[in-house]
Amino acid sequence: MARPDATPLLEVCDVVKSFGAVAAVRGASFPLYAGEAHALVGENGAGKSTVVKVLAGVHRPDGGTLRVDGKPVDFGTPGEAKAAGIAVIYQEPTLFPDLSVAENIAMGRHPTGRFGGIDRAAMRREALALFERLGVRVDPARPARGLSIADQQIVEIAKALAGRARVLVMDEPTAALTGVEVERLFAVVRALRADGAAVLFISHRFEEITALCQRVTIMRDGAHVSTDPIEDLTVPEMVRRMVGRELGALFPKQDVDPGEVVLEVSGLRRAGVFTDVTFQVRAGEIVALAGLVGSGRSEVVQAVFGVDGRDGGTVHVDGRAVRAGSPRAAMAAGMALVPEDRRQQGLVMDLSIQRNVTLPRSGALAGFGLLLGGAERREARRWTERLQTKYGDLGDPVGTLSGGNQQKVVLAKWLATRPRVLIVDEPTRGIDVGTKAEVHRLMSELAADGVAVVMVSSELPEVLGMADRVLVMREGRVVAEIDRADASEEAVMFAAMGQGVVA
Amino acid sequence: MTALDTAPAPVRVTSGASWWSSVVRARELGIVLALVALVGCTTVANPRFLSGQSIRDILLGTSILAVLAVGQAVVIITRNIDLSVGAVLGLSAFTVGSLVQDNPGLPVVVALLAGLAVGGVCGLVNAVLVRYGQVPALVVTLGTLYAYRGATYLWAGGQQITADELPRDFLGFADASLLGVPWLVVIAVVVIVAAGVLLRNYRLGRELYAMGSSPEAATLVGIKVGRNTLVAFATSGALAGLAGVLFAVRFGTVDAAAGTGYELNVVAAAVVGGVAVFGGSGTVWGAALGALLLTTIGNSLAVLDIDQFWQQAIVGALILLAIAVDRLVALRTARALKTRALKTRALKKGGSHVD
Repeated sequence: MARPDATPLLEVCDVVKSFGAVAAVRGASFPLYAGEAHALVGENGAGKSTVVKVLAGVHRPDGGTLRVDGKPVDFGTPGEAKAAGIAVIYQEPTLFPDLSVAENIAMGRHPTGRFGGIDRAAMRREALALFERLGVRVDPARPARGLSIADQQIVEIAKALAGRARVLVMDEPTAALTGVEVERLFAVVRALRADGAAVLFISHRFEEITALCQRVTIMRDGAHVSTDPIEDLTVPEMVRRMVGRELGALFPKQDVDPGEVVLEVSGLRRAGVFTDVTFQVRAGEIVALAGLVGSGRSEVVQAVFGVDGRDGGTVHVDGRAVRAGSPRAAMAAGMALVPEDRRQQGLVMDLSIQRNVTLPRSGALAGFGLLLGGAERREARRWTERLQTKYGDLGDPVGTLSGGNQQKVVLAKWLATRPRVLIVDEPTRGIDVGTKAEVHRLMSELAADGVAVVMVSSELPEVLGMADRVLVMREGRVVAEIDRADASEEAVMFAAMGQGVVA
Repeated sequence: MTALDTAPAPVRVTSGASWWSSVVRARELGIVLALVALVGCTTVANPRFLSGQSIRDILLGTSILAVLAVGQAVVIITRNIDLSVGAVLGLSAFTVGSLVQDNPGLPVVVALLAGLAVGGVCGLVNAVLVRYGQVPALVVTLGTLYAYRGATYLWAGGQQITADELPRDFLGFADASLLGVPWLVVIAVVVIVAAGVLLRNYRLGRELYAMGSSPEAATLVGIKVGRNTLVAFATSGALAGLAGVLFAVRFGTVDAAAGTGYELNVVAAAVVGGVAVFGGSGTVWGAALGALLLTTIGNSLAVLDIDQFWQQAIVGALILLAIAVDRLVALRTARALKTRALKTRALKKGGSHVD
């Protein structure tokens, strides 16, 4: 491990960055030593992603300096940061959908052969070698379009590793990965570290941080709180510094006596994706769909809501059949879906916060067919306040918000429709502990109000804490139904992996 | 396209390259089939359609449109569009026409270079406005379409350069040939091959695809988006300028209206040829084939003595068909990829138990 007196490979000194009136980062400072993984933690909106973008050369800091090998540098473009040996894995995948996976990895530094032309065979070999290292199987020749989020994330990681970076910055690389994939990634990162690379690791999962990192920097509201060796800090202490207060129970599901059956799904089938999915959800109940990524959980809820068509089976809400393949019909029946990928499916990034919140209800809020602001603004303010969303102005584009606050806007948008059935797909993916607790409290409240909640989640503690019943899916089938009382991490994981309990 | 139905079946995921490129090729194959059918039917109705003179006419017409379509494809691939090409063609044709009129001894190569230069400058102006003005290319090139055309009118007035005012050497270039292939066609083929190889096998070309596929990701990965935008528009402009010289050579008569309305033919050729208007996909081969198809349709209708009006209707129908085919292929590909992804995943999970 590096000594504190060594020159850091990269040092961030008092970096300040504002967007308009919002100060995103107010003085961030930390060193990245060679051979060390450094965790950067903080709630959503604490400024972590902005720091990443400063390191990546996307944003120029308003104040402060970056030093590489002790010498101040000024990155005007991402290309310059890359040339300085900084590779970044962004929180949201940034792939080229039309190009092959191999080409996505090679872009910007294609291997060249005769006459300066591109050496495609070398490109393919490089991709295969990287996937080998990561222990995954992705076809390098297929286009990036249509890759699952997890596979996209893996390609992102391969992209960053390919550059032989001296500094590897990872902004929540594990959010969409399964346990095995995370382990492989960590093995690769440890190997890089041993080779003398410096790693900046951002994650909301403390077990990952303690498993991988030697030093941790905590940020709160854009300001630097502390930088310490990891062994000097306990997890509760980290959480306290992040949120500036003690947290109550993380998963406060209130006990509710379930009412009538609200959502009834029977025999739902979609060729090659899932078969024979049958379940019921009662008013006041939270039912979790658990299983490995790719087991068909998200696809089931997409088909229930009508985003995707279905090849067979029925969906009833309050005893009335819901037409297949029509989100509009599902909405009319009282369903709401908070999708997994909020940037692509949940929000219109360029529209204002207000517009996004009121989008599903714009018809009801319009007067004489025109949206005249007043009703819209009141409605948006009410729901964003109820969800304690942090924003500058309701008119700001929703893309300017932090990840957690974006998720709150998606939730606000659907809660404003007063759904009977709320389907949430990975409601807390990439969200900090504070916001997570709020989202959980909110879901619990909604259930107490008689809403039937269906939750898809990869986080077992969340599933176990929130759900009244857990449906476990594996390879497109519901393989187990476990009641709250019997649900344990082992029971769910065994069912998900196809070992032990089978319903 | 049937390849798509069968392709996902094998569990080993190594055959990816061949099935994916087969989808892409299917598009160019479709155009070739349409061409064969068109030529076949027209020839049955009027055997003279396959005479030497008729083929020559089609090829000469295609040369000009194909050179324009190649430039357009390069721009469209970067998720931009260049509507000014018709006007650039006019400006270049008139400039070069005046130039050779005043300097009868000028070698044709110099005329070609002059055309390229005039067009290149026009293209650079487009690029600067798009890049540094942060204005969508559609609006910028719509504006410069009128500006360049207006400049040509201003300069030419009602003046017309006719064939008898142009030197014999210059006009003779239209009939000259290399090993029996007209020079115009040779030039077009060189342009197509050069652009095709550049786009397929060189970093710059791949970066243009990347920019069109995802502009944000292109910036993040460190691609010099500004420089590449300049290159794309300058290429399109220069090729439009070159097409202007070819136009002057072929028709011998140039006035300020030369090339009016060409921009839409050019975009149509590219779109019919499979260059997606949202950028990131398509080839110059496709665009050139699109140009050949559109030109052949025009000539075939003339031979069949069908009203020119129908030509427009048919081109329109072809564009809609091309878009429909694109959409269909995209949907089928998406479905195939999804199934494959699930299969790969399942496989991976199976594997993870073992290790």
